[in-house]
Amino acid sequence: MGVKTATGAPARLPGADATGRGSLWIWLNKRLPIGEFIESQLIGYYAPKNFNIWYFFGSLALLVLVMQLVTGIFLTMFYKPGELTSFDSVEYIMREVDYGWLIRYLHSTGASAFFIVVYLHMFRALLYGSYRAPRELLWLIGMLVYLALMAEAFMGYVLPWGNMSFWGAQVIVNLFGTIPGIGKPLVEWIRGDYGIADATLNRFFALHVAAIPLALLLFVMLHLVALRQTGSNNPDGIEIKARLGPGGKPLDGIPFHPYYTVKDIVGVGVFLVLFALVVFFKPTLGGLFLEAPNFEPANPISTPEHITPVWYFTPYYALLRAVPDQRMGALLMLLAVVSFFFLPWLDRSPVKSMRYRGWISRTALALFVVAFVALGYLGLQPATGAYVVLARIFAVLYFAFFWLMPFYTLIDPVRPVPERVTYHAH
Amino acid sequence: MAEHAVVAEDEVDLSRRKFLTRATIATGTVGAVFATVPFIESWSPSESARAQGIPATLDLSKIEPGQMTTAVWRRSPIYVVRRTEEMIARIAGHDALLKDPNSENSIQPPYAHNALRSRSSEFLVLVGTCTHLGCLPKQRFGAGELYPSWPGGFFCPCHGSRFDLAGRVFSGSPASTNLVVPPYQYPNEHTLVIGADEKGVA
Repeated sequence: MGVKTATGAPARLPGADATGRGSLWIWLNKRLPIGEFIESQLIGYYAPKNFNIWYFFGSLALLVLVMQLVTGIFLTMFYKPGELTSFDSVEYIMREVDYGWLIRYLHSTGASAFFIVVYLHMFRALLYGSYRAPRELLWLIGMLVYLALMAEAFMGYVLPWGNMSFWGAQVIVNLFGTIPGIGKPLVEWIRGDYGIADATLNRFFALHVAAIPLALLLFVMLHLVALRQTGSNNPDGIEIKARLGPGGKPLDGIPFHPYYTVKDIVGVGVFLVLFALVVFFKPTLGGLFLEAPNFEPANPISTPEHITPVWYFTPYYALLRAVPDQRMGALLMLLAVVSFFFLPWLDRSPVKSMRYRGWISRTALALFVVAFVALGYLGLQPATGAYVVLARIFAVLYFAFFWLMPFYTLIDPVRPVPERVTYHAH
Repeated sequence: MAEHAVVAEDEVDLSRRKFLTRATIATGTVGAVFATVPFIESWSPSESARAQGIPATLDLSKIEPGQMTTAVWRRSPIYVVRRTEEMIARIAGHDALLKDPNSENSIQPPYAHNALRSRSSEFLVLVGTCTHLGCLPKQRFGAGELYPSWPGGFFCPCHGSRFDLAGRVFSGSPASTNLVVPPYQYPNEHTLVIGADEKGVA
């Protein structure tokens, strides 16, 4: 405060205590520990001081989650789930509700943005070994967030009841039919009818707007709680808690607030610019974010020429189609997701971060990224000839990254890890 | 021992306490499992969905030889193909290229478990959803339509499964079994009933 007394001490406002806080603040905190929470979780939470650009994506994922919740709530105010009403109500939102088009495009672009930031967030973990002990559970909970996100995105995609919604649901639900023995009755139970029908659409709506968002919020909260317990990893893969300064705080750590809240705001700014560019100029992103066949109403007796999922599922879809056997294909797809869960125990390298790993680990990660992107591309192409052969080659690379890891990380020529994090003041 | 103590330390019967704790947990667990039944059952096809799954009837006299029509039964498209003698001839001769030439691992009623997978040689009745993941295979009946040695049949655009004119799957397809033959019967010469046969309604 600018007001000073004659002695130079700050003027105490009426009702304020020695710290200058008002009486309302004191009243509140005696009943709800807001100040204590901010102090312990934001200011008292010390994060490594050497975070780089890869550390933007956690907070961005949280931002996108909030955006999806807000835009989603508004969409439910106009959307009518039902075989006869869904498609029309989405068109109603797009054409007649004031700013309905904007809210829907924010939501549909938000879905893709969610996967972009989550994939980059996961890549950061691969790059710096953030899944390694003591952060195994942090990684596993993060994978649960990813699984919930996939279920959420799939069911959300069915809701507009376009023809790709219908046939996407048909293909994905039928995947459960490949389970031996219980497959057929299980599929009927999931659909609630002899085909993808009104019953299916309505239960997907309930799951999409209530059940899975609640699960997502729970997992995200657990993810943050686990992060508070272990502390963040960093680009050097050094445990900053191992070197404490006077006062018991890590020497290489800085308070999350204000240092990283301010840094994250910059990330948010850049992200929102790019996001707005897509929303306003390319909301379908050439058929990648919203597919053309979905602008046709669902038609149970007409399959679109090429059924492709939205881009974020295409790597797994390419794996599904790479094998000429439905059960094996589905199993391969499942294994591709499940493999991530085993990472903390597959990696035996003595160092965490790619900065101090040798050429073998680096090549393996690079090949994995190439395989993931290539499978993503192949999942959008027809499953014929050379595309299938390529999908098989990249499938081998994909799985080799995970399941050969226990071997190649042991023979990888690693370099010594410094005692303190690498940091250059700006 | 203080007078106001509720239970003295040595009076506690620990084994009784342990038993009661376990019995409570067990009863509660059983109750919780039973409580899930109505919620799980609510997802099964409803009475009206089941009622709408009644047999479908089709007038066969309106199908020209060599043509296919699609009926709907239980939300599935049912392909009914009126095969010509020439088309029937193209079903034989490529057994070596099929995954399940004798339909041993495929689903069909006993009366359709034969070389042409049908009750009468002329009409082929199939559930028109790919046994891979449920897309609709497209008709490619002409010989050589897909590639020079193609004997005619169905092609699934989603994942490239191929079937012959009896709905049998070719090797190299992602589908592992032949197209499903639903139960059906002919109450008279021109009528096809899908979803019911001598054994009753499916």
